[in-house]
Amino acid sequence: MSKPIEQQRFMCAIGAMQTVVAIPRAVPILHSGPGCGTMVSGFFGKAKGYAGGNTAPCTNFTEREVVFGGESKLEELIRNTYRVLDTDLQVVLTGCTSAIVGDDVERVVKTFAEEGKPIVTLETPGFKCSNFEAHDLVVNAVIDQYVDRCARAAEKDSRLVNLFAAIPCQDPFWKGNLEELKRVLEGIGLRVNVLFGPYSRGVEEWKTIPAAGFSIVVSPWYGLKIARRLEEKYGQPCYNFPYLPIGGNETTRFLRGVEHFAAAQGTKLPEARVNAFIAREELAFYEELDGLAAFLLEFRYGLPEFVHVLHDASYVIGIAKFLLHETGIVPKEQFVTDNTPEEYHDRIRAEMKKISDKKDIPVFFEPDGGLAQQRIRDADHEGRGLILGCGWDKRLARDKGYDFLSISHPSPYRLALTTCYAGYKGGLRLIEDIYNTVLATYE
Amino acid sequence: MNLSIVNLKAAEVQVRENRLGSITGFEGTAAELVRCARCGELNDSERSFSQCLGCSTSNATCAVALIQDSAVISHGPIGCAGCLHDYGFTYRVNGKHRGVADPQQRRIFSSNMDENDTVYGGSEKLAAAIRQVCQRVKPNVIFIVTTCASGIIGDDVQGAADEAEQELGIPVAAIFCEGFRSKIWTSGFDAGYHGVARKLIKPPVKKQKDLVNIVNFWGADVFSEWFKRLGLRVNYLTPYATTKQIAVSSEAVATVQICSTLGSYLAAALEQEFGVPEICVSPPYGIEQTEKWFRELGKMTGKETEAEVFLREEREKWLPEIEALKQKLFGKTAYVTAGASHGHALLGLLKELGLCPLGAAIFHHDPVYDKGIDTLDSLNNLVELYGDVPGYNVCNKQEFELVNILHRTRPDVLLARHGGMTLWGAKFGVPSLLIGDEHYGMGYEGLVKYGRRIVNTIENDEFVKNLARHTVIPYSKWWLEQDPCTFLGTGTSYVEAD
Repeated sequence: MSKPIEQQRFMCAIGAMQTVVAIPRAVPILHSGPGCGTMVSGFFGKAKGYAGGNTAPCTNFTEREVVFGGESKLEELIRNTYRVLDTDLQVVLTGCTSAIVGDDVERVVKTFAEEGKPIVTLETPGFKCSNFEAHDLVVNAVIDQYVDRCARAAEKDSRLVNLFAAIPCQDPFWKGNLEELKRVLEGIGLRVNVLFGPYSRGVEEWKTIPAAGFSIVVSPWYGLKIARRLEEKYGQPCYNFPYLPIGGNETTRFLRGVEHFAAAQGTKLPEARVNAFIAREELAFYEELDGLAAFLLEFRYGLPEFVHVLHDASYVIGIAKFLLHETGIVPKEQFVTDNTPEEYHDRIRAEMKKISDKKDIPVFFEPDGGLAQQRIRDADHEGRGLILGCGWDKRLARDKGYDFLSISHPSPYRLALTTCYAGYKGGLRLIEDIYNTVLATYE
Repeated sequence: MNLSIVNLKAAEVQVRENRLGSITGFEGTAAELVRCARCGELNDSERSFSQCLGCSTSNATCAVALIQDSAVISHGPIGCAGCLHDYGFTYRVNGKHRGVADPQQRRIFSSNMDENDTVYGGSEKLAAAIRQVCQRVKPNVIFIVTTCASGIIGDDVQGAADEAEQELGIPVAAIFCEGFRSKIWTSGFDAGYHGVARKLIKPPVKKQKDLVNIVNFWGADVFSEWFKRLGLRVNYLTPYATTKQIAVSSEAVATVQICSTLGSYLAAALEQEFGVPEICVSPPYGIEQTEKWFRELGKMTGKETEAEVFLREEREKWLPEIEALKQKLFGKTAYVTAGASHGHALLGLLKELGLCPLGAAIFHHDPVYDKGIDTLDSLNNLVELYGDVPGYNVCNKQEFELVNILHRTRPDVLLARHGGMTLWGAKFGVPSLLIGDEHYGMGYEGLVKYGRRIVNTIENDEFVKNLARHTVIPYSKWWLEQDPCTFLGTGTSYVEAD
């Protein structure tokens, strides 16, 4: 049974409307109560994209639709959406109201699909699941109901991969992360469908999903359902890297993993190119770290010595690994706040254990931000602390006398445009952000 | 006029559509709207295309979450509390300007309904949540805001609240504010205030002759200094107030508000149930209404002389600059998009500064406020003082209509009141201004400050001009060429009475 939650750090299923908003020129059409879209925008802040936010069409359920159903209203809304907005893909998402009163949305949407419209639907009532889970379901719905229908019988391109590494908006750095992961994967000779954001080619790119040789999922749990679907549908195997690769060590490990996986599929990436790319990237990364080491070791006025991360599982593992090995900041209690389904907990714990063969880093699966904060309040560690969390944690950091950087939602104190924390570049950027924050505390 | 009767014994307050006859769709002029409303023949119009609206649950939370010693539980799926964190930010940022030296975290919870709860009911989960929250937060009041899901499945929220109240010994207020109940999300304010009035306001023990209630959001504290000059004290309701402070609001000598859209119901509850009279003129925006307002306040509080002195001093100080601003702004065109009463205030400000409003997209219209008297009708006051406003659309934040109108009117400046709307001015290269602080434009000084900002906004248009060259517009060419009210039900915008 689900428990009450204070300070939520994720949304309900309909929050996955941002997955649609992140596909260039796609529009979410909500068949829901009036506030759902506003709640989603309000949670994420800057979330409008091409046709989200106040632009997103919505049936805005009233008592009439609750009593008599809203199918005809939805049909009218969809028809007029085609007149008012120029879009390439329409995804009809339902809220609690529609699901409870039992509208047959599939029937309504089918009539438009039969007219040849690029339209898709999925039930996303808030009580069904979180936006993390719904992200996978939305992507699968687009694959099943649109990609499958529109994709030309393209030949397989063994060096093309489908990348699933960030949940748009829920990951504040999704744009930057996807851009950087695309860059490094291209660096070793792959072509990448990033599917979301300005570096994807919108629906044209989605249509090439079936042509890819394999999928890459970067996360210990979300995204895996998409990969499973692609495996069933198009026989594409999945390379799963179970956390966000940040910095020199982990990005190289990620790329080597991809290289070996591709080879196992019979796709040999040009060895010289892979080696040269990785060598150059490591050189650039460790040139900075080399230059920084003296500062990290000597700065006499104080730098953070330990860290609490409150984030989704992929970030928690990725950041803890990165900070310990590439900056020396020691991870103390870590908090996975994404409501990870229980079946993945062991896997995440196992990854956390691998961070260090000397240290046991406690990890808590705690979707209730209030309780996570209480643990931090109660903990007593020596030295200067750092909290990497969301806007709620700023005050906690102040009360504890810790440094604070906002890296998750909700995040009223931080603007993120194309910043990345993934990859070689992301590692350096995370170092800059943490230590700039720290240095800014000095007069 | 149908006077709304406040009934604090009832668990719920009716939504505005039913209580006040409010509407969300109208096309015409301001004077036409007033005339129709006065005839009691205002019919709402339906749209056959619509975009995401606001939600009553969020506005209800707005009325209660910033009470210093409160905790809030959203009873529904987690998403229904999605935007509420923003009140936490607001509380911390503005608290310092509003007498809360060390603003703490807001305590906002979701009962986190899942599929099981929608089948078997969520009342038990709510009951458990109330107790957990009480134990974790130790608040002086717990508010439960309802959602579409909890409303439709019929959870007994009132029962859970009453039972917990008995057991825990603190007020537990059930606030009924399901989104689907009203197209006018300000109905949520009324629901929140209904809970406040039922559970927190106590009968007066001793009247405080110099205490004035101010129903407001979280604007800058302009009133303290003003009231000091009048020999009065402020009692801000409800953000930043404590439950204790709210309890004695019944002892005040009068209630004023910064916006009748916001405070209509709370002011009426204080008057009808606790004998605190509500001021019966529009808020003090623009010279004309500022003078009326201070004189009326003076009359209500026995401070007529002080009010006259105040007005004379303010006039002397600010009139010369107001005249200079008028010269600069004379004949400039403007467009306004805002909630109802504050939108009327902005239109008045524009007229006083010599600008020419080409029209307005106002989120809803209340033909009457809860007090039920004509002198509070801010749209009528606007029309009477400054003449008609053409192109007056009632449009509940329907971006597509606003985009269409801006595309064709291209005013010299766009004044917006709610987030997301200035973007569209900017996309068309129209200098756009949003001032979040409702208190900013009040009084003589407010007129000057607003005027300066408008001058600056029009002058510094480089950014919007550049943005317009690079922006992407998702609206079809076809749509931009249609009548903006194409999707507003025809012939039903209003019906003339004989």
